[in-house]
Amino acid sequence: MDDVKTPSSEERKSALSGLGTSRKRVEDARFTQGKGNYVDDIKLKGMLFGDFVRSPVAHAKIKKIDTSAALALPGIHAVLTAADLEPLGLHWMPTLAGDKQMVLADGKVLFQGQEVAFVVGDDRYAVADGVALVEVEYDELPVVTDPFKAEMENAPILREDIADQKEGAHGPRRHPNHIFTWESGDKEGTNKVLDEAEVVADEMVYYHRTHPCPLETCGCVASMDKVNGKLTVWGTFQAPHAVRTVASLISSIPEHNIRIISPDIGGGFGNKVGVYPGYVCAIVASIVTGVPIKWVEDRMDNLMATAFARDYWMHGKISATKDGKITGLWCHTTADHGAFDACADPTKFPAGFMNICTGSYDIPVAYLAVDGVYTNKAPGGVAYRCSFRVTEASYFIERMIEVLALKLGMDSAELRSKNFIKKEQFPYTSALGWEYDSGDYHRAWDKALEAVNYKKLREDQAKQLELFKSGKSRKLMGIGLSHFTEIVGAGPVKNCDILGLGMFDACEIRIHPTGSAIARLGTISQGQGHATTFAQILASEIGIPASDITLEEGDTDTAPYGLGTYGSRSTPVAGAATAMAGRKIRAKAQMIAAYLLEVHDDDLEWDVDRFVVKGAPEKFKTMKEIAFASYNQAIPGVEPGLEAVSYYDPPNMTYPNGAYICVMEIDVDTGVTEIKKVYALDDCGTRINPMIIEGQVHGGLTEALAISMGQEIAYDEQGNVMTGTLMDFFVPTAWETPNYETDFTETPSPHHPIGAKGVGESPNVGGVSAFSNAVHDAFKPFGLTQAHMPHDHWRVWKIAKDLGLHN
Amino acid sequence: MEKINVSMKVNGKNETLSVEPRTLLVHALREHLEYTGAHIGCSSSHCGACTVDMNGKSVKSCTIFAPQAEGADILTVEGIGTPDKLHVIQEMFKEHHGLQCGYCTPGMIMRSYRFLQENPNPTEEEVRFGISGNLCRCTGYQNIVKSIMAAADKLREESNIEKKEIA
Repeated sequence: MDDVKTPSSEERKSALSGLGTSRKRVEDARFTQGKGNYVDDIKLKGMLFGDFVRSPVAHAKIKKIDTSAALALPGIHAVLTAADLEPLGLHWMPTLAGDKQMVLADGKVLFQGQEVAFVVGDDRYAVADGVALVEVEYDELPVVTDPFKAEMENAPILREDIADQKEGAHGPRRHPNHIFTWESGDKEGTNKVLDEAEVVADEMVYYHRTHPCPLETCGCVASMDKVNGKLTVWGTFQAPHAVRTVASLISSIPEHNIRIISPDIGGGFGNKVGVYPGYVCAIVASIVTGVPIKWVEDRMDNLMATAFARDYWMHGKISATKDGKITGLWCHTTADHGAFDACADPTKFPAGFMNICTGSYDIPVAYLAVDGVYTNKAPGGVAYRCSFRVTEASYFIERMIEVLALKLGMDSAELRSKNFIKKEQFPYTSALGWEYDSGDYHRAWDKALEAVNYKKLREDQAKQLELFKSGKSRKLMGIGLSHFTEIVGAGPVKNCDILGLGMFDACEIRIHPTGSAIARLGTISQGQGHATTFAQILASEIGIPASDITLEEGDTDTAPYGLGTYGSRSTPVAGAATAMAGRKIRAKAQMIAAYLLEVHDDDLEWDVDRFVVKGAPEKFKTMKEIAFASYNQAIPGVEPGLEAVSYYDPPNMTYPNGAYICVMEIDVDTGVTEIKKVYALDDCGTRINPMIIEGQVHGGLTEALAISMGQEIAYDEQGNVMTGTLMDFFVPTAWETPNYETDFTETPSPHHPIGAKGVGESPNVGGVSAFSNAVHDAFKPFGLTQAHMPHDHWRVWKIAKDLGLHN
Repeated sequence: MEKINVSMKVNGKNETLSVEPRTLLVHALREHLEYTGAHIGCSSSHCGACTVDMNGKSVKSCTIFAPQAEGADILTVEGIGTPDKLHVIQEMFKEHHGLQCGYCTPGMIMRSYRFLQENPNPTEEEVRFGISGNLCRCTGYQNIVKSIMAAADKLREESNIEKKEIA
């Protein structure tokens, strides 16, 4: 007799480990045992290594390259220069920003670390010897590292190849070193408001150049199989399908003969979005030599040459009434793009989504202009753990709010609260044209202020200030406030594409006869835990336990086309595709269940993991039963099997938001800063896996801590990179990193199938402002309005010195 | 370049390699043998992704020549547990979400392995100092510290049980 009690809906739901559960990660078994498969772990028969001869100078004509000594060295198989690539048309390549970039130096070099020649040899040691033997004669030219000097009349012309072009990919160019002007908003209207305003705050906010610096550098293994005419490239690619299409377009190898595989990736943070000369050279070298070629950069190569992030000089004006109602915002940004415009942004957005710079505030009128310029620095402005230029925008508005609060003599928490977009205003169209999907900023803000006991913090701060002023302490306390609104999940195909490829994403699901499943996506995890979380989305949609769902990404021969993982787009776009594909599975399953139960489809209702006949709960078919039936029954009008694919074009971006507060203690005499508290409240809509969200917030906050408190790519006037190793480039250790308090509100996105918004980048966006504002806040009583990041000990000490606090 | 023979014990197995004298230990392990758990993140001793245990001490295998490991006893992340029975530290990293991209993880686990023998009952501050030679870009360390503290508790429990059994 069947005396086994049917588990309740709740019990069955819990067994799925679906949405909202802190499911343990399925990736961890292999990673904890050292069994990950990263690109440098790949070994192929006959594989050779390649590495670059790089320019030691920032700007020079190349007089001569002599490869003979290198070629004479045993173990060296080839040395490629631009002259070798030119007949193939591969000495230059198109960039994601509509510019072109030298693959190998073509007559001149434009930044220190630029790729000059590619040496191929037996192993990395032989190649290092070969690299040292390539002789390059440089004729040095004057160097431009200051973007404001780039457009001067007598400035040296950097890009001689396009010196005469008056028109670039994004409109008119007014100087040979000028790339584009990009405008957004109402210029006249904004100027009028500023002219007539009761109060205007005017400030230059610099967000310095830095680098994503994932622990694993970039690299690839290219293998041209001449017998089958098929090229396979394993590499650190955040967007494998886009890489395949680009590789096909620039190499003329038909796209079906190219297979791109992203194996495990050791962190990306935007660094692995771009296409770099190393990939191209490895592919060419494999074609030339007929054997697989591995190229893996070292840390110095990575920091010096493979992309950068930020480097925005943002001049702002914000106007308000005397009682603190913001009336207008103006911004002019000078964007230092380095030697080639290789910024990774959607095509129509040369300054990314910088026009989200009105932030969380209801600002009636705004105007933004961004001028991109060339300098003798590395190319490749990537979105370092943020959506395109969103952290720049957020830092800008959060500094402007602080500067305005100073001018108004108003508490900046109150100023924010007074100007937040109200809950009932959503969907809200900003002055610069974005439609914010949802939010409840006041609730989040009040919750945050209460959680940290803001009033008490201000009292403590005042006491500490008294102690300082009376000579009893040499420490100051700073309270850093930040409220941010991101714009992620790029994006709707109508306005978002990369190289003409619409930024949709895709999921394909195949249910096996025994009721387990495989799902493949166009994205690729770099630590986000997609194999864990996307299975959770699916578990809730189709009633198969997450543990019975295999998730695959990163192989272009098997995964459906997608635009990859960056800009927090995986959950908003591929996550939506996953839910939609799941719903297609369920729709077909419903037809099968109806047939099996001999009822009409409409007489069935879904209950966690089964279709139940309405009003007859004892009559049901579980997804597992339906899966088997789909393979063994001839059902009239229904194809066998249970598969679905969804290509999801999001109707809008998503707008995650949050409230962050940092409390910092600063030693005025040494400049040493100590983080006393960090509170981070995130609203990322529906929460898929709280454990993973919290982990992402910890990690993003630590990257924000690094950026705001010390991390930079610094150049001297000769264009030498001064921070090219981890000795100089700040990456916090466990010792410098504080514990974080995380919190949340949950305002689902109304247009996303499961209401999720994405979270991985929020802590970087919100964190930088919180840390930087804390430093500013500590020195506010002594007249500090703006001090540029990074706030390393020396710079903080210098603030104190310049304010006369060392006497 | 002339090659020389280097013998060492790796994860309990005797190995003899023919390498150039300048070969780094991390390359010997990863490329001449099959132990790809130790990773390379900086090649300059800063990041600790290549950390392995050598003669009972944590070393950064990217800055040790393979010949310096002649006769040494090397333990890598592949040698501390088995797929059927992970080491407690591996278990705790899984349990407390002490990893994300996994690239720093083998080095972090091997440093924890040695650290918890140096200091079986650490404070959180001691853990943070103890792993400060290992960088992680994903986790912000909070859950790594939690994993190590949890592993310390478990290891102490296990050792107390063993002691009781012996008594």
